[in-house]
Amino acid sequence: MSAHADTHAHDDHGHHHKETFVTKYIFSQDHKMIAKQYLITGTIMGVIGIIMSLMFRMQIAWPEEPNVIFEALLGKWAPEGVMDADIYLALVTIHGTIMVFFVLTAGLSGTFSNLLIPLQIGARDMASGFLNMVSYWLFFLSSVVMVLSLFVEAGPAAAGWTIYPPLSALPMAQGGSGMGMTLWLVSMAIFIASSLLGSLNYIVTVLNLRTKGMTMTRLPLTIWAFFITAVIGVISFPVLLSAALLLIMDRSFGTSFFLSDIFIQGEVLHYQGGSPVLFEHLFWFLGHPEVYIVILPAMGLVSEIMAANSRKPIFGYRAMIASILAIAFLSTIVWGHHMFISGMNPFLGSVFTFTTLLIAIPSAVKAFNWITTLWKGNLQMNPAMLFSIGFVSTFITGGLTGIILGDSALDINVHDTYFVVAHFHLVMGISALYGMFAGIYHWYPKMFGRMLNKNLGYIHFWITAICAYGVFFPMHFIGMAGLPRRYYTNSNFPLFDDLANVNVVITVFALIGGAVQIIYLYNFFISIFYGKKAEQNPWKSTTLEWTTPVEHIHGNWPGEIPHVHRWAYDYSKPGHDVDFVPQTVPLKDGEEELQH
Amino acid sequence: MTALLTIIVLVFILVAIWQMVKIFDLAQARTENTQVATDKDNTINGYIMMGFLAFIYIITIVSIVKWGDLPLLSNAASEHGSTTDNLMITSLVIIFFVQTITQFLLHYFAFKYKGEKGKKALFFADNNKLEAVWTIIPVIVLAGLIIYGLNTWINIMGVDETEDPLVVELYAQQFNWKARYAGADNTLGKANVRLIDIDRANILGLDEADPNAQDDIITTELHLPVGRPVLFKMRSQDVLHSAYMPHFRAQMNCVPGMITQFGFTPTVTTAEMRQTQEIQDKVANINRIRVEKSEALVAKGEDALDRYEFDYLLLCNKICGKSHYNMQMKIVVESQEEYDSWIKEQKEFKNSLSN
Ligand code: HEM
Ligand SMILES: [Cu+2]
Ligand SMILES: [Cu+2]
Repeated sequence: MSAHADTHAHDDHGHHHKETFVTKYIFSQDHKMIAKQYLITGTIMGVIGIIMSLMFRMQIAWPEEPNVIFEALLGKWAPEGVMDADIYLALVTIHGTIMVFFVLTAGLSGTFSNLLIPLQIGARDMASGFLNMVSYWLFFLSSVVMVLSLFVEAGPAAAGWTIYPPLSALPMAQGGSGMGMTLWLVSMAIFIASSLLGSLNYIVTVLNLRTKGMTMTRLPLTIWAFFITAVIGVISFPVLLSAALLLIMDRSFGTSFFLSDIFIQGEVLHYQGGSPVLFEHLFWFLGHPEVYIVILPAMGLVSEIMAANSRKPIFGYRAMIASILAIAFLSTIVWGHHMFISGMNPFLGSVFTFTTLLIAIPSAVKAFNWITTLWKGNLQMNPAMLFSIGFVSTFITGGLTGIILGDSALDINVHDTYFVVAHFHLVMGISALYGMFAGIYHWYPKMFGRMLNKNLGYIHFWITAICAYGVFFPMHFIGMAGLPRRYYTNSNFPLFDDLANVNVVITVFALIGGAVQIIYLYNFFISIFYGKKAEQNPWKSTTLEWTTPVEHIHGNWPGEIPHVHRWAYDYSKPGHDVDFVPQTVPLKDGEEELQH
Repeated sequence: MTALLTIIVLVFILVAIWQMVKIFDLAQARTENTQVATDKDNTINGYIMMGFLAFIYIITIVSIVKWGDLPLLSNAASEHGSTTDNLMITSLVIIFFVQTITQFLLHYFAFKYKGEKGKKALFFADNNKLEAVWTIIPVIVLAGLIIYGLNTWINIMGVDETEDPLVVELYAQQFNWKARYAGADNTLGKANVRLIDIDRANILGLDEADPNAQDDIITTELHLPVGRPVLFKMRSQDVLHSAYMPHFRAQMNCVPGMITQFGFTPTVTTAEMRQTQEIQDKVANINRIRVEKSEALVAKGEDALDRYEFDYLLLCNKICGKSHYNMQMKIVVESQEEYDSWIKEQKEFKNSLSN
């Protein structure tokens, strides 16, 4: 059916209406352009997020010392260059929000789902180009609102990225909980709308627009990952939206969903009967799946890149899909591990410890399968491959500490310390960022028709890799020493004086790691114009996107959409002369399709 | 001044970019214009992979040696604390073991199987036995950890009322802590923030009519008799806070509108803890650091820092606003006699009200 529709689509494209600058670059409905828009917006947000983190790291390392950078960037929030305690919390909050949602959700999933779903399943475009465009522009709008919130008189939201009420609900509790928090909530509501439109589009496209022969079990793992990510998003984001809406009602209309019995600044507030713990449940019902929304696409990208650059099939294709499904399912029933000591019934804590430790099993299977994919391969150490290997490394390091955090008895003592910060930055932050970089280095030729500079890529990877461990490995230890996160300074606790030098080490690594990203940005933007022209299939991959012409055309393939005859991982298959057999090549006589 | 510095920074950035353009051009020329990894790239990066593996091991060892004595893995000052610590150490050992092996395999394979022109990789797509093995092993290990962990958790969280625990309320507000002792009847009087009457100095909102409230005692320091189980009832008057007592391996959120609880038995008095070798070393180290810092401060004309003496602390560990970073209360663990004489000096609620 789809093949039939496609020939028509192609005919239409012959006498396509002329594109104007606006329809081509701004209100584009072409998935490839939308992917680039997501990437560029995500990059800009990423730069903002990183700069924020460097500022608060400098504050922790050299507390309350004047700093010209603070003075220049923070203005009235850094009188005489000394960072204010309120803005410290605001920086931490907005950094977390931007990184988790704007960079690693929209920037990562938005870019690669858009770019790769139609190209790898053999579709002319997304199911609805229009909704796709709306989705991007909602994301853009939410980014603008979030950035604008930085300039609010009383300061941006500062209650942590988890915005637990009552702190986030009461303007008198904190400056940032006034207009800043309102804008945060508005921005996130728009963001969620964007994400839902995008996810629905991805799901429909994967289910309906696969080319002839592209069965679900021939899909590259990227598509599986994007598909399941979209499903998790559709299940969990609406719950965050409802939490945000209820919080808005508590803030603006005097309801008491999350608030009760509050005495603040000399007066009793009217709220009665609500519970902050309810908000925590709603938040983490999204919040935990969200971390997998972030990591699954990165896993998909890494699986694909590792196979192509190992010149080997991904090991255990079916187990990889099964573990994605298992993770997706389990991820919706573990949220309580963020709440072991929230005051919920300890019995619930037991249940969530059980489910949480279960999720380590599919995670372990994936890690072992990646390692085995390298075994006896013919590894092409392109920058994308390095970032993929780096991904597995940080995912293991960060994931292992999840076993401690998931154990409620141990979490009592490290909850909300730097140990948690180390855990989730390695397993989610750095890993997903590596996945994103890997994807960019690998698919840059597809996106821009040019190649990135390889040597700059090597420099970028190695320095980043060293700094990532330099920042987050020591952090486990200050966490185990009991240092709470989100402290503006530790100088009020002589108990922690012996950790001050560790914090300096961490900050120095962070500053170097941050600076190195300039090399990447330079490479990225300069290569758009001056990079070497790409070949059609530079990495000798099997998947469909490399059968499209280098120059982007609307509809992706000039002629008919190719048909698919085999799975995506026929690398180095015995009986073939070349070490890769594209999915479009029919099986030879007597050749068996090996897909499991 | 700032303007000058900004200009300098800008100049540096421009120079850096110009330098990078040069690197870029040179790099382009040297690679015979291919952006795909050559055999040479594979070899170089393969070796760096091994170097990086060494880096991971080194940073692990350095962290453990330099900072491994900081963690709260020993010296627990509560009864359940040592079971927590054992569980923690068991988990850490397992983690380090898995980490060492998997990182080795990953990086070693990246080195060993680096690409060469004309070589063909092994077509190895699947192996049910292998996959069964590395599914079942984690299942067994995790099952063990789950059973061990849940046992510990249930032990910690279960409150044994027959032990007659000392009942103490921990009361959180932006940005300080209060403790409320239940008095002779060991029963806390009813309280609600709606009953707070600042003029009458009823700062925790106790029900003045409740007989149980009359002998309650409100303090700003937490004193605990050693060896007696304590049951904390946590309350907050404004936003979420978290009562974190790291030395006792204890933590519980304080939630407005509800009462949460956590119980433990302190086993080491403050005085005894100060005598332990670990704490003495730690305190000496901290004081060395403070003396150094003080010298710098005095040179700038500021006051020197106080000498540090070890005390147990209650910290706030849930972001609660501007001064979250300085919301603490001293905890003193002492003998029953010392505790008795201290508590006798404190005012009972009925006598602390002003009219
Ligand atoms: C191996 C499986 C994992 C386990 C058992 C695990 C367990 C946990 C637990 C129990 C916490 C809560 C700690 C606390 O607040 O005290 C936590 C925090 C977190 N985890 Fe994991 N985790 C695992 C993997 C992951 C992955 C794969 C990601 C992301 C891709 C992730 C992202 C996070 C984040 C973002 C937080 C912190 C949220 C916050 O408090 O701000 N975790 N993890
Ligand atoms: Cu979680
Ligand atoms: Cu606090």
